[in-house]
Amino acid sequence: MSYLRKIGAIVWKDVVAELRTKEMFSAMFVFAVLVIVVFNFAFDLRVSGERVREVAPGALWVAFTFAGILGLNRAFASEKDGGCLEGLLLAPVDHTAIYFGKMISTALFMLVVEALMLPVFTAFFGVNLFDLRLVFIVVLGTVGFAGVGTVLSAMTAQTRAREVLLPILLLPVAAPVLIAAVKATGGLLDGLTMAEIAAWWRLLLAFDVLFPAVAFMTFDYIVKE
Amino acid sequence: MSGQELPAIEARKLTKAFGHQAALRGVDLQVAEGEFLALFGPNGAGKTTLMRIVASLTRPTGGAVRIRGVEPGKAGPALRKQIGLISHNSLLYADLTPDENLRFFARLYDLEDPAARIDVVLDQVGLAARRRDPVRTFSRGMVQRLAIARAILHDPAIMLLDEPYTGLDLQAADMLRAVLEELAASNRTVILTTHNLEQGLEMCDRAAILNRGRVAWEGPRAGLDLESMKELYRSVTRPA
Repeated sequence: MSYLRKIGAIVWKDVVAELRTKEMFSAMFVFAVLVIVVFNFAFDLRVSGERVREVAPGALWVAFTFAGILGLNRAFASEKDGGCLEGLLLAPVDHTAIYFGKMISTALFMLVVEALMLPVFTAFFGVNLFDLRLVFIVVLGTVGFAGVGTVLSAMTAQTRAREVLLPILLLPVAAPVLIAAVKATGGLLDGLTMAEIAAWWRLLLAFDVLFPAVAFMTFDYIVKE
Repeated sequence: MSGQELPAIEARKLTKAFGHQAALRGVDLQVAEGEFLALFGPNGAGKTTLMRIVASLTRPTGGAVRIRGVEPGKAGPALRKQIGLISHNSLLYADLTPDENLRFFARLYDLEDPAARIDVVLDQVGLAARRRDPVRTFSRGMVQRLAIARAILHDPAIMLLDEPYTGLDLQAADMLRAVLEELAASNRTVILTTHNLEQGLEMCDRAAILNRGRVAWEGPRAGLDLESMKELYRSVTRPA
């Protein structure tokens, strides 16, 4: 229980700090809207009618991914900047609790941005995204993305070129999650049932377990010099 | 220290290298329970690296550190509960208030009555009136006072003070001195690193000089005045 309470404390601290500054949230939201606006104008020239459905899942997840990278860049950079990571490492906390705390808060911020993005996306692309099954896929994809992203964010926060390094390392590793999320989203927009896209959401589920499991084993080595 | 008693802190043949740059070159040091050690040394002597290893923030390249007989790297998180650190960084969240910062750390340290303890430490560092203002609005001295409150919040048995006077105004330095006096009187084990000999000698039981990654001199405080310490320091840290 103490372990869970400490994870909760880290999430609470991140949420309180973010509610006060809204730095990360506003940057993620504005950037995601801009990505959708740019895609909308770009596709408007060549894609119309039913074919919008073919590009919508990709555009949606690219917006989520870019917004997520902004959030991940700040996840450990904010700890590192004030030397606060040392305070966390010094506390009598299993270091994996730091990983899970940061992962949960990153996923939480991403999910809030994504919840606000769905109506924006619906308005721009004219595709109805209000579907509980889609929410399930978005949650699975976001958790997987935050799972691997948090480990890499901790690694790159120790470097000087962290803003550049994180996307370069993250995108290839997170590719299976993004592919599965796009495929599952596309399937739902095409009217397929959950059973018909089971392979994709099960893959997402597997990565949601796999990435945190790997982080659990390696995180202590990543955060300590 | 009796033959049976374990030292509070023990470093044996401790080395640390960053790439090809050696920061520590075989440090042997013991600090007894309840002892106050002032560790002097010029910039780059390895003082901060040594403190980070003792605090288990950095792994040594070679040798070993033991806290009450246990290696920090091999012990569980509980060992860290015995250590309080004041370093160059405040280890505080600028966007949170002192109250929120301390409440957060109280939860990490599993304090039983966090509200009461937070009241005590905020009073101790004179920041009770500013407890609901974001830390980013504080002066350097106030931040350092809050850093002291954070470091003593969980009442650690071992205090590591890495250049704690850096950037403090007179009032904050006096306040820090008062806190250190209290720590020294409460039979806590303290290591204070500084290159200010006067501040270091004020309260210590024993002094050591670290130079180029090695303990170049160590001895008891008794019988050591400031002038003879200065002379000793100059002779020990003289460039080769």
